[in-house]
Amino acid sequence: MSRAHMISVRNLDIVGHRPDGGTVPIVRDVSLEVREGQMLALIGESGSGKTTIALSLLGHVRPGCAISGGQITVAGHDVTSMTRHELRGFRGRTISYVAQNAGTAFNPALSIAQQVIEPARVHWAMTRQQAERKMIELFRALALPEPETIGARYPYQLSGGQLQRLMAAMALITDPEIVVFDEPTTALDVTTQIEVLAAFRAVLADRGITGVYVTHDLAIVAQIADHAVVLRHGQVRESGTVARILGNPQDEYTRELVAACRIPPRATPCAPMASAREDRVLDLSDVIVGYGNRTAEGLPERRILDHVSLSVPRGSTLGIIGESGCGKSTLARTISGLQPWAAGQVVFRGEALAPAVADRTREQRRRLQIVAQNADLVLNPAWRIGATIERVLTFFHGMKGAEARAEAMRLLDMVRLPHALLERYPAELSGGQKQRVNFARALAARPDLVLCDEITAALDPVVAAAILELMAELQETLGISYIFITHDLHAVRAVCDQVAVLYAGHVVEQCDSQSLTAGAHHPYTRLLVSSVPEMRAGWLADAMALRHAEGAPAAQRRADGGCQFFSRCDMRMPGQCDRGPVPVHTLPDGARIACYRSCADLAFPGGVAPAAPLHSYES
Amino acid sequence: MSGMTTGFRALRLPSLTPAQRVMGLFGFWLVLAVCGPFFAPYAPGQIIDTEVFAPLSHRHWLGTDYLGRDLGSRLLYAVRYTVLICTLSTAFSCGCGILLGIATTATPAWMEQVAGRLMDGILSIPSLLCALLVIAAFGDSLLALVLTLGVIYTPGAYRTSRALALRIARMDYITVAVARGEGALFIIWREILPNMRGPLLADVGLRFIYAVLLLSNLSFLGLGVQPPLVDLGSLVRENVLGLVYGSGAVILPTIVIGVLTVGINLVLDGTSRR
Repeated sequence: MSRAHMISVRNLDIVGHRPDGGTVPIVRDVSLEVREGQMLALIGESGSGKTTIALSLLGHVRPGCAISGGQITVAGHDVTSMTRHELRGFRGRTISYVAQNAGTAFNPALSIAQQVIEPARVHWAMTRQQAERKMIELFRALALPEPETIGARYPYQLSGGQLQRLMAAMALITDPEIVVFDEPTTALDVTTQIEVLAAFRAVLADRGITGVYVTHDLAIVAQIADHAVVLRHGQVRESGTVARILGNPQDEYTRELVAACRIPPRATPCAPMASAREDRVLDLSDVIVGYGNRTAEGLPERRILDHVSLSVPRGSTLGIIGESGCGKSTLARTISGLQPWAAGQVVFRGEALAPAVADRTREQRRRLQIVAQNADLVLNPAWRIGATIERVLTFFHGMKGAEARAEAMRLLDMVRLPHALLERYPAELSGGQKQRVNFARALAARPDLVLCDEITAALDPVVAAAILELMAELQETLGISYIFITHDLHAVRAVCDQVAVLYAGHVVEQCDSQSLTAGAHHPYTRLLVSSVPEMRAGWLADAMALRHAEGAPAAQRRADGGCQFFSRCDMRMPGQCDRGPVPVHTLPDGARIACYRSCADLAFPGGVAPAAPLHSYES
Repeated sequence: MSGMTTGFRALRLPSLTPAQRVMGLFGFWLVLAVCGPFFAPYAPGQIIDTEVFAPLSHRHWLGTDYLGRDLGSRLLYAVRYTVLICTLSTAFSCGCGILLGIATTATPAWMEQVAGRLMDGILSIPSLLCALLVIAAFGDSLLALVLTLGVIYTPGAYRTSRALALRIARMDYITVAVARGEGALFIIWREILPNMRGPLLADVGLRFIYAVLLLSNLSFLGLGVQPPLVDLGSLVRENVLGLVYGSGAVILPTIVIGVLTVGINLVLDGTSRR
């Protein structure tokens, strides 16, 4: 048997069994091949069967599904005809799997080392000492901090990016010939994702491992894969080299997918930054939100948001970006009154808002609507869509019966949904439809400001792009202002006028969204922008070359004043940046940056001497 | 095997939802409790035969008891008291428990502390012992029985509904309702409660079964329903001598208790498996 094709799948069919005895095709007539040492990307949106195919390579199908036809040959083994016992030896030794969410894939009660060397022990591949040596070697190759001792820690002590790399170490410890990655970086922040990707790439290339990489993110495909297969509804739409598929897609669906990942920046000019107070719909000044004991000044000791000042010009969109845990969602909850602030002021349409939603007037609540993140949790499953929308109409506008129904239909038209949906329950809708209903519900109140908290995060790129388009359109026709909270910088450029960058509860910068890639910026903004994968080969190598050589320590909130970003900053000035309040520069175009460096330094980071290594300061 | 299951599927009434099936069975027992005694051929206390523990015959279909009274008539009255007392006490325990359980997800933390500790306190006393104490102190009127059973099973309903409501209260649609300014009652009744209907129904059914078993236990010990009134547990107790003669008078009430509790349990199991 020729080993040229490490993986060969021929006419694979996988069906799911319905409770009534019928079957549903999940994967239909899929054929693919991977040569030794190459990386194949399986691309598709949710429900396209990409994970099902990836798992079938390990001889595994989910309960209730079955391989109904076709042949899977992996490293010379015919996977479909293997017995349970044979499969057990095959998995782990020949092929291994890296799952999407490392946070839940580790057993919290066992140390990392115990879990990482377990595959080697289970398969009798090597002795404990050998396995431990191998593990440390892998930790080093995957650029994990403290490779000798990290194994003694427990999952809760490590960050998501570290766990993802540890899971890769677990998959690699038995020296498999093939590794299947199932969206391993989807749950990570961009700044972490880039490090994980670089680590994966280096290890795979070094060991000549054949890989299958399941993802929906084409920019990642461009970095890591050689070949790609585009899937939809369980069928192959297109396959070929990555360069060809991304550069010259033939299939209509692939073209749509590539277009959705290349959302163009907005065409209309951004609303001006420096606007008079009357032109702003919302103004936050020095807002502090926190928990824990009160300090002498009566402020909470542990801060989630610290002295946050922001403004939203009327009829425009303010984007809020930052990594997970930076306080983005808390900001949305604070503005909507669900999380009262301890100090500061929020002015909405010229009126000061009460911290708690219960103390606000009905009119204030009506004009400020929140569109929450998770499409599956935002609609009450016990209510029909019509009831959900009509409740808002009754509550705020006193509409009843036919009048409310007519208005609900008008709202569905506005968000491009058929009227028939009014009689459906949320469980019968797709993710994109639910998010549109969610939007229609907010619009039903006829708001002035809509808080959008990660509304596209859980959606497939094509669907998300359509939602962003809808947002922009509604803004044009209804003159609504938005606060758009996201970690997706493409989306920010597509819909936002301005953008505020949040880091560890501080606004480090508020600037024009179109100037994100040029001009003077806070070092964190630059790190964030440079971490967003671009759809061109070689981006990863370029981006890594620009980065600080040292591994970034996890964000730690500093209580002793000074810049929060100090320990990760590549422009830090020890002795200055770590004490006292951070000065805020206001640029001529109205942008504000909180940094000790001068605007000139920030505009030309290359002209600045590299930062002193962290350890020399700390010793 | 698969042929058998399809056979069973064909037998099922497809038009009934699981909730309707539970309510249907429960409705049957309730109707029996309310109307049954009207069809009783004799008064429950009437001695109709000199023969005690008489076997089944055309004169008294289910035989006679230890005093020669008609067992069929007494059974119909016993079902009335068992079902009605347990229904009322379940309504009390689940009403209080569910309302409190949902309400404490929205109220300040100290309310949950107070309610939670109180419920833990009740929960920590063995239920039979608790019932014995209360009845010894306050007498064995029907109202005392209903309230005792009700209080004993409130903590269980509270815990279950609170656990369910906590999960739902974290959902974004509740956040949206709070941000809209909806009142607490609206959120409890319209937003939270409809989403816990299925598990709650199962819980209420279980509380009812527990109540039947506890009441029967109490009556068997002579502390429950007192003569001249009669319930299933006291029927077993007064006829326990009949065990020696293999009399139906002791076996039949036991079977009715079994059919009542196991039947509801089976239907509830069917709902949760859906």
